[in-house]
Amino acid sequence: MAQAIFRIWRGDSGGGEFRDYATEVTSGMVVLDVVRQIQAEQAHDLALRWNCKAGKCGSCSAEVNGMPKLMCMSRTSDLPLEKPVTVQPMKAFPLIKDLVTDVSWNYRVKKKIKPFRPRKPDEKDGTWRMAQSDVDRSMEFRKCIECFLCQDVCHVLREHRLLDEFIGPRFLVHIAALEMHPLDTENRLEDLRKEHGIGYCNITKCCTKVCPEDITITDNAIIPLKERVVDVSYDPIRRFLARYRRKASAVGLAS
Amino acid sequence: MTHPTNALNPSGFGRTTRPDAWWLQPAVVLFGLSAFIVYSTWAAFQGVHYYYGPYVSPFYSPELLGESPHSWFGPKPSWWFSWLPWSPAFLILWAPGGFRLTCYYYRGAYYKAFWADPPACAVGEPRKRYLGEGSFPLILQNVHRYFLYVALAFLVFLTYDVWKALWFEDLVTGQVHFGVGVGTLVLATNVTLLGGYTLGCHSLRHLVGGRHDHLSERPVRRTAYSCVSCLNQRHMMFAWLSLFWVGFSDLYVRLCSMGVWTDWRIF
Repeated sequence: MAQAIFRIWRGDSGGGEFRDYATEVTSGMVVLDVVRQIQAEQAHDLALRWNCKAGKCGSCSAEVNGMPKLMCMSRTSDLPLEKPVTVQPMKAFPLIKDLVTDVSWNYRVKKKIKPFRPRKPDEKDGTWRMAQSDVDRSMEFRKCIECFLCQDVCHVLREHRLLDEFIGPRFLVHIAALEMHPLDTENRLEDLRKEHGIGYCNITKCCTKVCPEDITITDNAIIPLKERVVDVSYDPIRRFLARYRRKASAVGLAS
Repeated sequence: MTHPTNALNPSGFGRTTRPDAWWLQPAVVLFGLSAFIVYSTWAAFQGVHYYYGPYVSPFYSPELLGESPHSWFGPKPSWWFSWLPWSPAFLILWAPGGFRLTCYYYRGAYYKAFWADPPACAVGEPRKRYLGEGSFPLILQNVHRYFLYVALAFLVFLTYDVWKALWFEDLVTGQVHFGVGVGTLVLATNVTLLGGYTLGCHSLRHLVGGRHDHLSERPVRRTAYSCVSCLNQRHMMFAWLSLFWVGFSDLYVRLCSMGVWTDWRIF
């Protein structure tokens, strides 16, 4: 058992301050345990959002010692407890109270993305056949729990506030899951470049670093999407070949 | 539409509540890349001591025009302006330089280290304006795949250099015979690390198979995609190892040529 100081942001959209809380930290505790202990013992009006305490609901997103993390997955044994531990709400989103932010912008962004549009069913009973290896690639992206830590750490949203121009890593992952799905027939590449602003991503890999589900966001989702956008928008040879193939296909020269 | 910001933790260069040494990684990248740029520029301007026996420095290979026996198309052209500096390296270094400059890994690394955009994750930035890679000039980064095509050709040339580095001329008899020197191993390691880096390129991963959603129907592409993906997971490691080793390979050939180091023959 050790005594530690937790420096927690207290306030709302009108302003606030960091307040220090001295508390006991026992073996096996995570930051969420400590914050709830402080709420129970010292600050009954402390607002925080949590649910599963197992890293699966994505509710308890916050910034622990300056890095976006799930509080329930942040072990106190990994923190330097000899110094005050800072716990603050996600910076990228409007503050409601204390550690709770308004993440509804994300839900509005998601509505702008063209939904899954499967090809016609392969079988008469309305079902499809697809190879497991083909669908495996997009399965990684389905692990996302929408904790929005990647959105919070992304400097395009966090620092530059380009929320109208850029949809952020979470939704690039969502689009990657749709675009790479073997049954999907929708084309979102033009939207990606124009409306969703994929060009704003400058590949800092911070989103990958903070993802609690270990999704390789940058390498497996964003860069492959950037390359697909290059295919249709910036690569003259590929555009020429695609046009040639379409013409050849139209006159029956190619399959 | 305006989006409200949090009142806490206002933006500003270096502002963060991170207590760790977040500046260390960008500082190491800044130092490492700067050291390489300074050395490679200096080495390119030298124009001498870039070959030794069967070895040729990777900074000068392929030597399209030059004075050494490795030159493909003869000596420096007579029409070259006298006031313009000349080095065989000038004709080729743009290709590997451009490949690395537009590489997805290096982009992320040098945006942080050189432009502080951002300096590190969750750390405040020095400027508010941001254009990203969707506008000029950074939109030009999309040319990366064209540099990849040239880099793949360079791999072939450098592999041929390793082959040539296996054949030594007897200075007395003039006969050429098979052998392996330390320089051969240096150049072979160089092409191996460059291969690990180039063949793990994100653009190559896309071109060999990543752009397809039905790889199960294309077994050759699927295998190629798996191999490139495997190397791609270690792209950062190969980027740094190959960067260091290509510089060391030039240094090795240079110091052997200057007589500072002796190239030991293994057999």
